Amino acid sequence: MVATAVDAPLRIENAQKRYGKVTALAGVSFDVRPGELVGLLGPNGAGKTTAIKAIAGRVALDGGQVHLFGRALAPRDSRPEIGVVPQELAVYAKLTARENLEVFGALNGVGRATLKTRVDWALEWSDLKDRADEITQKYSGGMRRRLNIACSLLHDPKIVLLDEPTVGVDPQSRERIYEMLAALQKRGVSVVLTTHHLEEAEQRCERILIIDHGRIVASGTLEELVRSTLGSARAVNLTVDSAWPAGVAVPAGARVGENGRSIHADLPDLGGSLARLIDDVGRAGRSVTDIKLTGSTLHEVFIALTGRELRE
Amino acid sequence: MSTLGPLLRTAMLNVRRDRVVLAMVFLLPVMFFSIFATVFGNQRDSTSKIRVAVADLDQTDYSKRLVRALAAEGGLQVRTTENDDGTGAALDRDKAEALVKKGTLPVAVVVPKGFGTGGRFFARDETAPKLQVLADVSDPIAPQMVQGLLQKVSFTAAPAVLAAEGMGMLEQYGGPLTPTQRASMEEWQRLLAAGDSSGSSIAANIGPAIEIVNVMQPGYGNVGIVSFYAAGIGVMFLLFSASGAGGALLDEEESGTLGRLVGSRAGMTGVLVGKWLAITLLGILQLTVMFTWGMLVFHLPLLDHLPGFFVMTIATASAAAAFGLVLATISRSRAQLSGISTIVILAMSAIGGSMFPRFLMSEGMQQMGLVTFNAWALDGYIKVFWRNAPVVSLWPQVAVLVGLGAVFFIVARLFARRWETL
Repeated sequence: MVATAVDAPLRIENAQKRYGKVTALAGVSFDVRPGELVGLLGPNGAGKTTAIKAIAGRVALDGGQVHLFGRALAPRDSRPEIGVVPQELAVYAKLTARENLEVFGALNGVGRATLKTRVDWALEWSDLKDRADEITQKYSGGMRRRLNIACSLLHDPKIVLLDEPTVGVDPQSRERIYEMLAALQKRGVSVVLTTHHLEEAEQRCERILIIDHGRIVASGTLEELVRSTLGSARAVNLTVDSAWPAGVAVPAGARVGENGRSIHADLPDLGGSLARLIDDVGRAGRSVTDIKLTGSTLHEVFIALTGRELRE
Repeated sequence: MSTLGPLLRTAMLNVRRDRVVLAMVFLLPVMFFSIFATVFGNQRDSTSKIRVAVADLDQTDYSKRLVRALAAEGGLQVRTTENDDGTGAALDRDKAEALVKKGTLPVAVVVPKGFGTGGRFFARDETAPKLQVLADVSDPIAPQMVQGLLQKVSFTAAPAVLAAEGMGMLEQYGGPLTPTQRASMEEWQRLLAAGDSSGSSIAANIGPAIEIVNVMQPGYGNVGIVSFYAAGIGVMFLLFSASGAGGALLDEEESGTLGRLVGSRAGMTGVLVGKWLAITLLGILQLTVMFTWGMLVFHLPLLDHLPGFFVMTIATASAAAAFGLVLATISRSRAQLSGISTIVILAMSAIGGSMFPRFLMSEGMQQMGLVTFNAWALDGYIKVFWRNAPVVSLWPQVAVLVGLGAVFFIVARLFARRWETL
């Protein structure tokens, strides 16, 4: 179900922010629907963190507006519906997981009556119950990441903002973190995360926003982004069983690589062109051992939109 | 050898680009040299006379001569009346003692009744009245100087008396010297010259009998100096631990927990109040442990001064905590905090009297010390432990410390705005 602009849990309208001569946000607009997982992607310095901070109330916008469940927010307005998970492992190393959760729960307004229940839920949800009473200094990176997320959820927010939630963790922990987020989505919680793991965003996010130079340059599902950015053209790379025979013409539009066993071609559409290419290879007495398609990944979309220039 | 060049270059570049290290290496030694040269170089300069109260209870010709001779001494500023300007009734023993206890002056001399008659220089009777020097032992120099000057003026003030007693002594030990008498004289002179225990007692019997009485802590021996150092060192380390604890803000900034705290319901002001309270409690505990140790090991009369101690400790710890927050909020990193606090705290402790008593500094330095936090805290503790002052009399020190604490907190709050990023 698509929420209307008025009742969308979160809506950002023409957000603008400058730091001296640097424009961090140059009119960012997007909304987030109930239970949706949105990935906010962009190169370093593109404006992702500023956008997250503006939503969280940690940055006062120069222009534009943040709406929470239809309510226009002033910079210092409280926003109990939001839980913010910082990129840093913002937990106390000398406190246990339970103590950390109790502290941050109390600071976020969870009353004494419900605090224990919420802490127990958070420990269960983050899979830390068995080691709840150990000081977190002894935790692995993945455990601390999970606790870092749990500490922001004790007040039962309806929108969770995560800044690079999986940075520096192993694939197992990453998997666990996305399971945790999926559990939140099932309860109707909207999740907005920033990440540099494009593959991860491709697989996990329902919608992707690409931000660059303080603007949203593309938004939609992966298919929508690929179609709108790259069209239907694909680059294909075939590997054949032995070197291309001398004197045999290379198929039209293709070129043979230096090792003689790889054939590259830019195909306007995959439907007929790929089949014809494979037929041509067969007629030359070679058989295809591997096919690689490029141009359909988020990585390609990202590079096409933001360029290859380093951002430092 | 080829590796030495790059290593040296790296080390030099690192030093040159780190302002804190530069300050620690070059500024700190010069600053401390200047502070200590000023503190120790100007103590008791020619313009700073020792103030002495004199209560002449004897009122004999000899005692009056003694007082006049004391007043004529260039190093002393003698006061014999209730008022400093020479008006009012003559001082008696109680009034003179009260002036010392209040800290108005460090020494009072009491010439007891009957002192002017009888043996003053030779062959004293141990039961005869003695000159008394009522001293604030926190000043270890003034009583000794006054005692020495008393010895001097006792001889110079009444040469006739000295001559008469000398003749009496001659009649006693001299006259036609028989071999036995000669042996006796020689033995006496030998003992005087040798200074052995029996000789010393004879030597001590020459000259006016002077007794130094510690009027600050009767029965506690040298406890004044112990309590001074308990307070002095205690306050200095309180500042160090407050700045260290305040530095937790920088650690929290780095770990990201500060962002969480500021984003919570507590807000930046709430975070600072919470930190301030925690550091204050830590400081109270630290000073209590220090003074308890002083009580157990150095016989500091802590239990006799509990109310005053707690009033001063709470005021001092709360101001120190706010100061620690200022140091933490103006610093950009732990390394910077450590450098800045070392410089600031050591300088304040030297000028403010934590390392060397302010009352032994020149007047100018004593006044300068009042700009520091330490001076007010130490003055309060001195009032409590030396002067047995009532708690109410601590109000100037408490007011200044509380005021400083409030100013420090406001300054810390202003600097902490950088963490709000709004």
